[in-house]
Amino acid sequence: MFNNVKILYHQGKQFIPDVTTVEVPGIFRGRPIISLEKVDQSKFVELCPTDAISQNPLCIDLGKCTFCGECARVFPNKISFTKDYKLSVNKRENLIIKEGEDQPIELNSELIRKEIHKMFGGSLKLRQISAGGDNSCEAELNAAGNVNFDMGRFGIEFVASPRHADGIVITGPISENMAEPVQICYDATPNPKIIILAGTDAISGGIFLESKAINRSFLEKYPIDLYIPGNPVHPLTFINGVLGLISRKK
Amino acid sequence: MNYITISNNQTIPISDIPEINYDTFFDTNTSFIYDNVERHCVNYYGYQFNNRIKLICCIADDNTHEIFVSSCLVHQTDKLSSFTAKLFCFEKFEREIHENFGIDYVDHPWLKPLRYAHNRFDKSKQNANYQFYSIDSDELHEVGVGPIHAGIIEPGHFRFICNGEQILHLEIQLGYQHRGIEQYFLEKKNLLQRATIAENIAGDTVVGHTTAFSHIWESLCGFKAHRDIQFARTLALELERVAVHTGDLSAVCTDIAYQLGSSVFGRLRTPIINYFQEWSGNRLAKGLIRPGRNQFPFSKLLGERLKEVFDKFEPDFTEMNEELFSLPSALSRFERTGVVSFDDVSKIGTVGMSARMSGVNRDIRVSHLYCLYPELNHEPIIKHHGDVYSRVQIRKHEVWQSIKHIRNLLNSIPEEISADSTLNKPKPNSFTLSLVEGWRGEICHCAITDVNGDLLHYKVKDPSFHNWLALALAVRNNEISDFPVCNKSFNLSYCGHDL
Repeated sequence: MFNNVKILYHQGKQFIPDVTTVEVPGIFRGRPIISLEKVDQSKFVELCPTDAISQNPLCIDLGKCTFCGECARVFPNKISFTKDYKLSVNKRENLIIKEGEDQPIELNSELIRKEIHKMFGGSLKLRQISAGGDNSCEAELNAAGNVNFDMGRFGIEFVASPRHADGIVITGPISENMAEPVQICYDATPNPKIIILAGTDAISGGIFLESKAINRSFLEKYPIDLYIPGNPVHPLTFINGVLGLISRKK
Repeated sequence: MNYITISNNQTIPISDIPEINYDTFFDTNTSFIYDNVERHCVNYYGYQFNNRIKLICCIADDNTHEIFVSSCLVHQTDKLSSFTAKLFCFEKFEREIHENFGIDYVDHPWLKPLRYAHNRFDKSKQNANYQFYSIDSDELHEVGVGPIHAGIIEPGHFRFICNGEQILHLEIQLGYQHRGIEQYFLEKKNLLQRATIAENIAGDTVVGHTTAFSHIWESLCGFKAHRDIQFARTLALELERVAVHTGDLSAVCTDIAYQLGSSVFGRLRTPIINYFQEWSGNRLAKGLIRPGRNQFPFSKLLGERLKEVFDKFEPDFTEMNEELFSLPSALSRFERTGVVSFDDVSKIGTVGMSARMSGVNRDIRVSHLYCLYPELNHEPIIKHHGDVYSRVQIRKHEVWQSIKHIRNLLNSIPEEISADSTLNKPKPNSFTLSLVEGWRGEICHCAITDVNGDLLHYKVKDPSFHNWLALALAVRNNEISDFPVCNKSFNLSYCGHDL
């Protein structure tokens, strides 16, 4: 008993008091800014391994970006990644950041279905499906619930069965062999329900976009409520994204 | 000579690999391993070659640090006698060859689909019609779990045959995570794209797999990595081990319902992966390792920061371990649970931690040296009981050991940072093999180039490939309620297996 208390005491305060304003350590690659500097655009575009950067107008698609930082390494004056981890949107096009843009990324409150806040505002239970995910996003979603990030304080939790869930969170590009289980899991979740895509692989297929072993037809059938970019998704990106979706907007 | 002897990361002309007939191929490779526990098969695979299939078998000798490579040409319609009938460690490899090319083995005991690769030979085989082993009995029942599991983990199907609460048999059916990685390596031509694929093979072993890929590529291009690059890779490999092992200790505590251990180890992982972010901008080290360059040079300042992180980490980690390993309620769940014997481990040919838990001295950091490991005087941590307790003990000791290695490395941080250099084109008609000890165990990548120096074939073997069978054996005769703790004590990769 005494040992346990001692151990607890030695941990100190581990939780992050305010997950919406805390600063992440080091050199996190979050929301990018493309400057107006003149560069060889075709070289800049070619650099990207996942074709996330495109021309006319010059922009970067965070739904495709793997956040490898290669573009910022070669063209440090043209593009930089800020430490802003709030990257989630509910409209796919809003993940595209154009040259010269430097505004916080926010959810479009008009597109959020009314029942979401009413039903899930105080408690949101999610079922996670890894569909070809490489276990990095999965690890970060687990971390979102640990004592540091403590997502549970907002009533957001991952549950063991789709029947207990209010929505599904998909990670990974959706492999052909997981296409059917994803559908079954979605069907087993009671209405009303939401779909969240977590990570670059889930949002666009990421590096696997052209692989013949993936099948993304499920995503064409249903509206997506939340896109959370990252490779993998940072726990703070995830928590802030979900909070943006379920908390009431003024 | 029936084979060629190479060392780790050595590039040889593909024509140097002797091509022998199947009977000699069979005898040569099985006699390498038969009764030699210090030898194991690191890769055995086939690829299309002039309307036939070329089989390549690579056997590693842990004592002499050599790798013996031989090859054999067969027809798709051939009916072959299987290596597996003689040595069980070839079981997975032959299933894979059968699945990909339709080659029939007459005496293979378990010729089932392996991962339902999209380019498999027989598309009528689907994971929905997999034939599970079953026993007809009124007293037994079956429990099916997955593919989607209760936690936030990857998909795979487990089929238990139980007598009451006791597990008689477990069969693990994988393949749900298949993304066509090996084929995709050939389709994507750009080096950065290939490095990105390598770091997505298994997102919990980013450093391990990208290091193996980088070694392959640099060897093919004739590039010798400077000390600073090797330093960064060695340090990152050990840091990845510290992070994952600590996280796994947390997960094991969760599965025995020990809340304090679960929380403390869970939060102790955070500063380690946050350190990866300080260094490379990504908590799981994605983007850190790249072929032919030092992407994020390691500075003295970063070294000081890492020492600070460890100074805070170690006392808490040690204190928590002392408490955990003195708790009778925890020990009773660990000891003699999920045992895999020395004989079984040697038969399956498991690698890494899953070999060292049962007394097999198998560690690439000693047997097939690379990076700065020759300077670290690494001594593998070996346990003998093969139970959950052994696996948890190995994790605890390897965390301490890795921190010691990193502290040693930090005493001599390379000052000179290699400039970005353009890599030469890979050598044409060549074969390369790279072995890296990831935190789970041995990672093996093999590459073959064509006449133009383009990739003709790329092969990946994750440590989980063999080790899944060890889990299936471990749970026999255990209570089904002990399955989670057995599973977590191995923590195997689904995507690394399915590719």
